[in-house]
Amino acid sequence: MSRGPFDGRATISGIGQSAVGRRLMRDGLDLTIEAIERAVADAGLSFDDIDGVASYPGPGVPAPGFTGADVSQVQTALGIRSRWYMGSIETAAQVGPVIEACMAVALGLAQHVVVFRSVWEGTAQAGGGRASALVPGGELPPHLQYSAPFGALSAANWLGLPATRYMHDHGLTKEQLGQVALNGRRNAALNPAAIYRDPMTMEDYLSARVISTPFGLYDCDVPCDGATAIVVSRAGSAGLRRTPLVVESVGTGMYERPTWDQRADVTSMAAYDAAASMWERTSLTAADVDVAQLYDGFTFLTVSWLDALGLVEHGRAGDLLDGGDRIARDGDLPLNTSGGQLSAGRLHGFGHLHEACVQLWGEGGERQVARQPEIAVVGAGGGPVAGCLLLSNREA
Amino acid sequence: MPYTRPEFRLLPTASGYTEAFWTGGRDGHLLVYRCESCEQFFHPPGPICWRCRSRDVAPAPVSGRGRVATFTVNAQPWLPSLPPPYVVVLVELEEQPDVRIMSQLVDIDPAEVAIGMEVEVFFEHWSDEQRGDIWLPLFRPAGGVA
Repeated sequence: MSRGPFDGRATISGIGQSAVGRRLMRDGLDLTIEAIERAVADAGLSFDDIDGVASYPGPGVPAPGFTGADVSQVQTALGIRSRWYMGSIETAAQVGPVIEACMAVALGLAQHVVVFRSVWEGTAQAGGGRASALVPGGELPPHLQYSAPFGALSAANWLGLPATRYMHDHGLTKEQLGQVALNGRRNAALNPAAIYRDPMTMEDYLSARVISTPFGLYDCDVPCDGATAIVVSRAGSAGLRRTPLVVESVGTGMYERPTWDQRADVTSMAAYDAAASMWERTSLTAADVDVAQLYDGFTFLTVSWLDALGLVEHGRAGDLLDGGDRIARDGDLPLNTSGGQLSAGRLHGFGHLHEACVQLWGEGGERQVARQPEIAVVGAGGGPVAGCLLLSNREA
Repeated sequence: MPYTRPEFRLLPTASGYTEAFWTGGRDGHLLVYRCESCEQFFHPPGPICWRCRSRDVAPAPVSGRGRVATFTVNAQPWLPSLPPPYVVVLVELEEQPDVRIMSQLVDIDPAEVAIGMEVEVFFEHWSDEQRGDIWLPLFRPAGGVA
């Protein structure tokens, strides 16, 4: 039988991350190039081997620091002879360009595509740049037309809504939600690149100031500076430094309308559609997943991904999270082993992708999970955007 | 805590398909797009029914009554004119619960808000030079202050 949508032809051969910090005072292109150089070297390749470039979100997003670099800037800076390239925000969240790159190498449009996501929100927003978009008389962007007039200005508000209802309907407790944050912090302590590494207790979590119920400060990730890159290679490529990982399946579905608040089940989000499409394309199942790297821009997004991917019975995410043991590095389902965005910084989904590769290659050092994983799942995005990847270290 | 009107709100742009929703309050009506073919409401407004793809759609008045589908108590001061705490609510319409309106729920202690609570609309009139007149649909507990 075929092996997923790419039949084993799409692999990940290298990963790279730039310096990561709250406020590095470096610009996005500089960080992006650092990550790309490291990823290409990690694969064992040179720039002469790279013939494709892809990125999220592409140009034109006005939020300060949201787009560290776009594809044309990278091509210009590095002189990459691209046989194929793309950059877009209208795709399966931050990992959409990874999936596009898989298609490109599987179809033979390119041999080695470098895919990057780069942010420098920490530095770019140092002057209060984010709030200045909301001045009197300014035109509200489309996604704020129905929310900002009522004081719902942040994703903390938009996601507080489904989180409150999920807790009401399914009995998820605040303490169980908090295990996402505490687990991340424990793992971040073993990740030298993580931003917040000091221990956090449940009391710290529960006593943090409220942002928008049920979220307190530690339910929300932090803007940072940092770029991540991976190299997507066609299976069978020569000259690689180590055995590449196989992209077993990808989730790109958008079955319901991409809104924050009009889905049939108000506790659900686009992640459910992405996850369903990923499982439709593979003979692997949720029971095969050994390690999960799930978007945690807010704690509830990780809950939502666990539920969406069927890693728990619908509504039962609280059971898995309760006490934190089962999601720890030696638990049934090690989760967000780099610290996630909550503790390692908002690398916008690519921190999770990077960590999935680290764990599958067994290169996690002190934070390597107890049982060497064979299958990893990565979920990226929240609300009306979502994409997911199923990766393995089995032979291509 | 009785509601007092803030000095400033960020206002939407009422034009085309969105005009009815933002200006229905002029006549005291919450106007939501409805498909004449499949007889279902939908939101946000648009040129076609997403269920049956009929073009026979138009804004229609609803009762303005509904229930709290879910809510969040915002505690972060995003705007100086909107001091926290305040309640952001998702209201499911009495006529059709899977059609939801995001709004603010006022005239209630945030600690008293509950999923399933019955609420009703009222309108707050705003105008500025760029956007003309806007009537924001806000909600309060049905039958007066809880």
